Amino acid sequence: MAAGVAAWLPFARAAAIGWMPVANLPMPVAPAEKNKRQDELIILNVSGRRFQTWRNTLDRYPDTLLGSSEKEFFYNEETKEYFFDRDPDVFRSVLNFYRTGKLHYPRYECISSYDEELAFFGIVPEIIGDCCYEEYKDRKRENAERLMDDQEDNKDAKLPNMTFRETMWRAFENPHTSTMALVFYYVTGFFIAVSVITNVVETVPCGSAPNQKEVPCGERYTVAFFCMDTACVMIFTVEYLMRLFAAPSRYRFMRSVMSIIDVVAILPYYIGLVMTDNEDVSGAFVTLRVFRVFRIFKFSRHSQGLRILGYTLKSCASELGFLLFSLTMAIIIFATVMFYAEKGSSSSKFTSIPASFWYTIVTMTTLGYGDMVPKTIAGKIFGSICSLSGVLVIALPVPVIVSNFSRIYHQNQRADKRRAQKKARLARIRISKTGSSNAFLHSKRNGLFNEALELTGSTEDEKRLSKSTSLLESQHHHLLHCLEKTTVSVLALSHILNHEFVDEQYYQQSYLEGGLQNYPSRSPSLSSQDGVTGTCCTRRTKKHHTPLPNASAPAHMQPLTHTHTHPQGLQELSTIHIQPLSTSRSSLNMRVDEPAPLNCQSSQITTAIISIPTPPVTTPEGDAHLPAGPTHQNVVKVSAL
Amino acid sequence: NHALMGSYENSSDSDLELSTVRHQPEGLDQLQAQTKFTRKELQSLYRGFKNECPSGLVDEETFKSIYSQFFPQGDATTYAHFLFNAFDMDRNGSIRFEDFVIGLSVLLRGSVTEKLNWAFNLYDINKDGYITKEEMLAIMKSIYDMMGRYTYPCVRDEAPSEHVDKFFQKMDRNRDGVVTIEEFIETCQKDENIMNSMQLFENVI
Repeated sequence: MAAGVAAWLPFARAAAIGWMPVANLPMPVAPAEKNKRQDELIILNVSGRRFQTWRNTLDRYPDTLLGSSEKEFFYNEETKEYFFDRDPDVFRSVLNFYRTGKLHYPRYECISSYDEELAFFGIVPEIIGDCCYEEYKDRKRENAERLMDDQEDNKDAKLPNMTFRETMWRAFENPHTSTMALVFYYVTGFFIAVSVITNVVETVPCGSAPNQKEVPCGERYTVAFFCMDTACVMIFTVEYLMRLFAAPSRYRFMRSVMSIIDVVAILPYYIGLVMTDNEDVSGAFVTLRVFRVFRIFKFSRHSQGLRILGYTLKSCASELGFLLFSLTMAIIIFATVMFYAEKGSSSSKFTSIPASFWYTIVTMTTLGYGDMVPKTIAGKIFGSICSLSGVLVIALPVPVIVSNFSRIYHQNQRADKRRAQKKARLARIRISKTGSSNAFLHSKRNGLFNEALELTGSTEDEKRLSKSTSLLESQHHHLLHCLEKTTVSVLALSHILNHEFVDEQYYQQSYLEGGLQNYPSRSPSLSSQDGVTGTCCTRRTKKHHTPLPNASAPAHMQPLTHTHTHPQGLQELSTIHIQPLSTSRSSLNMRVDEPAPLNCQSSQITTAIISIPTPPVTTPEGDAHLPAGPTHQNVVKVSAL
Repeated sequence: NHALMGSYENSSDSDLELSTVRHQPEGLDQLQAQTKFTRKELQSLYRGFKNECPSGLVDEETFKSIYSQFFPQGDATTYAHFLFNAFDMDRNGSIRFEDFVIGLSVLLRGSVTEKLNWAFNLYDINKDGYITKEEMLAIMKSIYDMMGRYTYPCVRDEAPSEHVDKFFQKMDRNRDGVVTIEEFIETCQKDENIMNSMQLFENVI
């Protein structure tokens, strides 16, 4: 519940009187408001600046320093105020959180000092409102990156316990780590350049003997070029194998783009070695040599800019695709028109529509080679229209695409951020909802224990239990409990907790089979949410003392572990409750099996039963937590007692 | 220029008008006279009210959203709608602090008869003095909606109407198909459970 809405709880409870005439069952007892005191102002002295607020305001979040009894450690008897030796500027945001329920991050504040203050006052930064959350996360990320950069600068010394393999991988990824790595980096770079230049020079016609026609250098100095090629390929192969050896995840490395480029760069050479000088395949072999040019892409390991370019092209693929599509449309239109316009002319080069494509492309991109020229008047008219529209069609999208590059690049990053935040926000809302429902279930069980303990007369355990829920929560739970009584059914939370659909039949079946047997094991999703679930009030992620979140068997043992008399109490429970259970179980069974009308009389026995069905993945530890004694279902409230 | 300025001022005036729709409650003394709350209680109530509705008026949407927060597992909007109508006595679409506090005074400090009257008013959707089966069915469905879908035992679709039938069996003495205020109060006063539950929330504030 949000802080401000907590003030409306009295109203919601009063409105519950509307259910009373309708309900057929007696209502549960309202939680007693022990030592109810009038609301008073308390003074918080933060480094000399005095803040004042109502005590109730601070009590809204009992899990923080100011909302719990932890603040008593800071109470100054002489001045009757709470003194904190902290930053008063940041405290303003902290106190506003209590007042409004929303935590804001002031932009002028340093992120690490803000984090420290939040940690001191026990407030989880995740609850920062959406208005300030993006800013907070950005600053935090920048700070973390800067810290990491600083760390990396200091990381020149080799970490002592790295294996040879890890050292190699580090050397490959970051050439600045050691001199060897740097040498390797430059050597490979040099050989890539040499290889590329060799490929290029191979085709240049060298000077020829006077009576022979010009031959390309590749054929003149075959041996030299072959040696160069071999040397380069050897270096590349060795490099590739070394990288493969050093890679932490070989499978992932083999799938990465760079390794594919490496392989494609050296493969033609090996294929050439393997293949003999067969006339049939030599044509294919020549084609393969084209792939040698891929060696130039190996430079992208050496150049950050190439990598960024590749990434931006990839991210603008849809824009480029659209440009291509609209161009294709225009080309087809104009090619068709030109073809039919020039059909009449005798020695026309426009022999077919595909033949006209070439003319259209050349004209639209304002190249104008002049190898195909319209001769008819209609053709000339349409040709000029084509070139004019070409200017528009080509020139306009290009700046748009260029700006799209930067826009999409930044937008992608921001969209991902927003999506993650939205997910996080929804998750937070879900968590707080399940938290409040969990807390309700848990406090019902606590209320049950309270009653049992009252019967057995141990008061100190009762005190300890009642401390675990704040008055606000117990009142809210009492409200929900009244609603349950009115509608004669009980809130079961499997769906809300696990967010998966539990088959209704499975549910009923498990109830029928489970019956009076062991309590189903705890749902794994709950256990994973240990630190963060809870009521909507903030929870300190590091604190263990959160008796509320888990609505499962081990959790309801949690308060039990504080005092060791509880197993006793539990057994008492089982004896007390088994009898009504048997009588009402038959009626409930009836409900489950046949669509009998709701029998008001029998349900006067007022045993409400919650069972959380076993989720498909059960953790074995859940069963282990159960003490040997109670083999009862989780009976919640037997007010007939 | 003057004409332009005039039109500019006009538009800004209308903007001002829309944004400063707010309501100040009557004085503390008058409210004290009209309700059974003490001064301090009224102050505390107003602080909570003003925090959530700075404009001093609660419209139906805000009301529904506030009430729904107490029932996260189900859909409390229909019941909140009926509640809103019960509080909004002058039917102008918004609840002022006076309406709020007067309603609360009846619910928390009123006599049992007053509370029963209030409940009857809640159930009687069209405020004609009779509760018909349709009205009761609507109310019942909205209450069951608040429980949500995930309950045990599962709330069947016929549960609200069966509940309504039981209600009418109990309340409708002369079997004329409607429940009047006299029948309602008389039957409730004879039912011990209901009488006990009426006292349940007296210490809420």
